[in-house]
Amino acid sequence: MLYIKCPYCGLRAQKEFSYGGDATVKRPNINEEVSSEDWDNFVYMRKSPRGKHIELWQHIAGCRQWIKVQRDTATHEIFQTAKVTEEIR
Amino acid sequence: MSQPFRLNKEGLINRNKKISFTFNGKKLFGYEGDTIASALIANGIHLVGRSFKYHRPRGFFGAGVEEPNAKLQVEFNGHSEPNVNATEMELVEGLSATSQNCWPSVNFDVGAINNFLKMFFPAGFYYKTFMWPKSFWYKIYEPFIRKAAGLGVASIEKDKERYEHKFEYCDLLVTGSGPSGLASAYAAAKNGAKVILAEDKPRFGGTLLTDDVSIDNLSGKDWAEKIITELKSMPNVTVKNRSQVFGYYDHNMLVMFERVSDHLEKKSKFTPRQRLWYIRAKETILSTGSIERPIVFGNNDTPGIFLSAAAKEYMKVYGVLVGKKPLIFTNNDSAYETALEFKKNNVEPIILDTREEHSSELIDEAKSKGIDIRFSHGVIVANGYKKVKSAKIGKLNKDKNSFEKIETVDCDCICVSGFWTPSVHLASQSGNKLKYEEKIDAFIPDKKKQHETSVGAANGSFTLEESLKHGFENGSNLSAKITETKTEISIPNVNEKKYGAHDKFWCMPLPKNENPKRFVDFQNDVSVSDIEIALREGYRSIEHVKRYTTLGMATDQGRTSNLNGLQLVSNIENKIVPEVGHTTFRPPFTPITIGTIVGREVGMEYMPTRKTPMHEWHEKNNAVFVDAGAWKRPRYYKQGNETLFEASKREAKNVRENVGICDVTTLGKIDIKGPDAAEFLNRVYTNAWMKLPVGKARYGLMLREDGIVMDDGTTTRISENHYHMTTTTAQAANVLSHLEYYLQIVWPELNVNVVSTTEQWAGAAIAGPKSRDMLSKLYPDLDVSNDALPFMGYKEADFFGVPSRIFRISFSGELAYEINVKSDHGMFMWEKMMEVGKEFGNQPYGTEALSTLRIEMGHVAGPELDGRTIPSDVSLNGLVSKKKDFIGKNSLGREAFNVESRQKIVGLIPIDRKSSIPEGSHIVQDQNAKLPNPKLGHVSSSCWSVENNNPFSLAIMKDGKNMIGKKFFAVSPLKNKSIEVEVISSHYVDPEGKRVRS
Repeated sequence: MLYIKCPYCGLRAQKEFSYGGDATVKRPNINEEVSSEDWDNFVYMRKSPRGKHIELWQHIAGCRQWIKVQRDTATHEIFQTAKVTEEIR
Repeated sequence: MSQPFRLNKEGLINRNKKISFTFNGKKLFGYEGDTIASALIANGIHLVGRSFKYHRPRGFFGAGVEEPNAKLQVEFNGHSEPNVNATEMELVEGLSATSQNCWPSVNFDVGAINNFLKMFFPAGFYYKTFMWPKSFWYKIYEPFIRKAAGLGVASIEKDKERYEHKFEYCDLLVTGSGPSGLASAYAAAKNGAKVILAEDKPRFGGTLLTDDVSIDNLSGKDWAEKIITELKSMPNVTVKNRSQVFGYYDHNMLVMFERVSDHLEKKSKFTPRQRLWYIRAKETILSTGSIERPIVFGNNDTPGIFLSAAAKEYMKVYGVLVGKKPLIFTNNDSAYETALEFKKNNVEPIILDTREEHSSELIDEAKSKGIDIRFSHGVIVANGYKKVKSAKIGKLNKDKNSFEKIETVDCDCICVSGFWTPSVHLASQSGNKLKYEEKIDAFIPDKKKQHETSVGAANGSFTLEESLKHGFENGSNLSAKITETKTEISIPNVNEKKYGAHDKFWCMPLPKNENPKRFVDFQNDVSVSDIEIALREGYRSIEHVKRYTTLGMATDQGRTSNLNGLQLVSNIENKIVPEVGHTTFRPPFTPITIGTIVGREVGMEYMPTRKTPMHEWHEKNNAVFVDAGAWKRPRYYKQGNETLFEASKREAKNVRENVGICDVTTLGKIDIKGPDAAEFLNRVYTNAWMKLPVGKARYGLMLREDGIVMDDGTTTRISENHYHMTTTTAQAANVLSHLEYYLQIVWPELNVNVVSTTEQWAGAAIAGPKSRDMLSKLYPDLDVSNDALPFMGYKEADFFGVPSRIFRISFSGELAYEINVKSDHGMFMWEKMMEVGKEFGNQPYGTEALSTLRIEMGHVAGPELDGRTIPSDVSLNGLVSKKKDFIGKNSLGREAFNVESRQKIVGLIPIDRKSSIPEGSHIVQDQNAKLPNPKLGHVSSSCWSVENNNPFSLAIMKDGKNMIGKKFFAVSPLKNKSIEVEVISSHYVDPEGKRVRS
């Protein structure tokens, strides 16, 4: 079971969180024209990297904040966690 | 009754307390502190089971977790447990143990015929033999193999015991209380670290209990006791015996299995039997020690053959002799300690040492005590069927592949030692890639992947001095990093015997023309020839060899067989062991009970039960409940001998004719506040929300970004910046997360807050033509006329002194209202409604009637919004705004969503107006067509229309709207039904929606 550092609550067990997918995907702006290709990329296309991956988790059984987690998909090592408003480098 | 193999004094058992038990019906006794194994051996009993495949007689081989053979069916405390390790289970009064895998008895086992047919049971026998005919597998082969190859019998009784889970955090977890574990725990404790020390056995100390050593002038046992006593007195230390750390998971999470009370005679009803500990450790010391490995020789599975360290442990810990005429067969010095221990107890051993004549501290001591040592010797084959009687031994030539001399010697036990294998299971589970250490012919941990440090024998250091030093140093350094305190500890003086080098010898050759079975893996009956066959048949990867031969599988996980198996494969393949590699170590290290994994999550505690504030009333009024997620909802209220069908029909009919009330508390409710709330709703829902006035509700539809309908519900504008959203019961949690996602991540600029208020409000729907009359009685001071409170209107009013919210919304399609009060007043509201509603013929209705009402109205719900439908599929395209953007809008333009033949919602009625159409039926053109019969759609919801008094179903069907008036078949192979149906509009009742507006 992973041990995830919520930027608001501190280190908590994985079972308090739910997974939310790739955090680097950006939704096209509302009320703006978007090409079919860009839209399809946003809705369907995801990379499945082996290694570092920045992803979203929600602390559903805690503060209910969505957070960013940089995790190694092969080893589960977590390098960094951040608020969604912060950058992970 | 005397115990012929019990020593007079030795051992750590409590001789003042006799414990009686039975084995295969025979009454025996042992002492407090015995295991089943030690008590049986004391009584001279060695034959305890039959082997897995050949039903060969088997006895004890080890003295702890390494035991491959002695698995018993054990009854105690009123339950029966299979596959109990006799070398681990402590003796308790009244325990009754029986042998497994034998019929009619362990002494005479019919299945042993397999042993004489063994040429027909080579590796892969089952794969090769039971291939055809295919139809025989389930009914004949599989049940037969199961019966023949079974171990114990699982109880079908309910487990009455209590099991618990515990979560714990510590700075340092130490797994194993041998010398290196004790030293690590002690050093870390002195640094102020929070330490957990776990020991699998009942007694702390590991090898200190059996080795002839001294530390600071104390015997190993006394030193261990001193350290443990001090550790127990420290508030920052938790010391646990009978506790096996069996799994190493991500982020330094370890799981431990504690045997809390099986060894107790009396316990309170709240004492758990076993406890599962989830331990999150900052650092872990793996001081799991090592396990002796055997040398392979002929008939090496005969009862009476032991690991040499196990024989020593039986003497030193239990005061029990495994035999009185022992043969010690070794390739290293450690078995000499066993020989010396025998000698000390006036038993004359013979040592067969595969090494050429040489000297070391131990060999010299054995010689000086007059022990018969034969160098360059080994056991070729053990004689005796149910117990060792003698052994054919041979003097090896220099090449160690042939014999100079062969003779037979009498013996009643053989103690074998093929050197030591570090227990690297936990290290491997943590992700540590192991490395092969030539010096000890075994794998040891390599580079760390997590915060784990292996010390002592687990790390391949087999001297006490080194183990203690590593233990103290690592315990101190690792904890100092955490506590930032470093207490100096002087490493104690050690007195131990120096071992000479071991012989890289692991399998005894056979003389020409002799072919006894030589077992590598006892538990699975895998012999040398089986592995040879596997390789001959082309299996190369060690993982494949393992699966084909079952080498290293089952409950002992190859603890005594893995390395010998690897040696054999590498010899045949002319490779070195590290090239062959090892199979994966997986948790659990030892078998654990299912009860422990489940813990308290059984019966009522399996998952939380959510009850509405009116639940007790429903119970009292014969409600039959249905699970809606964790919620309990009344499905129908049973009157007399009514069936579900009759009751739901009565309830639904009463709504259509009079008035009914339904508990709708379980609907998801989300409070939405903020100046941008309207803008937010406008983006979340497909329809327009900017102009909804205060005091009005609106039905809304939300999509996922891929255009599929996510949920529907009504949202009401309570005040300027305050909305009350409802969701379906099932989607409540998902919708909240969805809203939070967009507010926190996508549009953080919107000033809106959302919070779930599902449990804050109790809700009741009042539906039916007489609902307004009833409402006017519930709110005598309120104008509830159609003008004052129109369809989709909202009012706040006093409900007999309680504040309430009135929504004029309808799911049933009838004139209807929904009243919400604070949860605490839910029961009050409900009872008041029942009382006031009497004169209007009010009856409560459950979810079944609710479904009937919505289905015949053509209102969609979960079965239609099944994650595959877009708004136009379910005739909700009128709610999709063309003017504004919203979540999922761009996806609605996709080509596949707009083709003419796209699936659409329709209604179905059976031609005979009688046959109910099973939900899930496929709609086909020709019921007799060849399979696969082209599917035109499926039946999503079915009911008995109370309005028209015949069955009616909703279906999702290709090009549905153009099919209206046509006839098809609804076929359900599952129910073996085929019903001719006619396609009609999905709005079967009141298609213009007049009633809700009336």
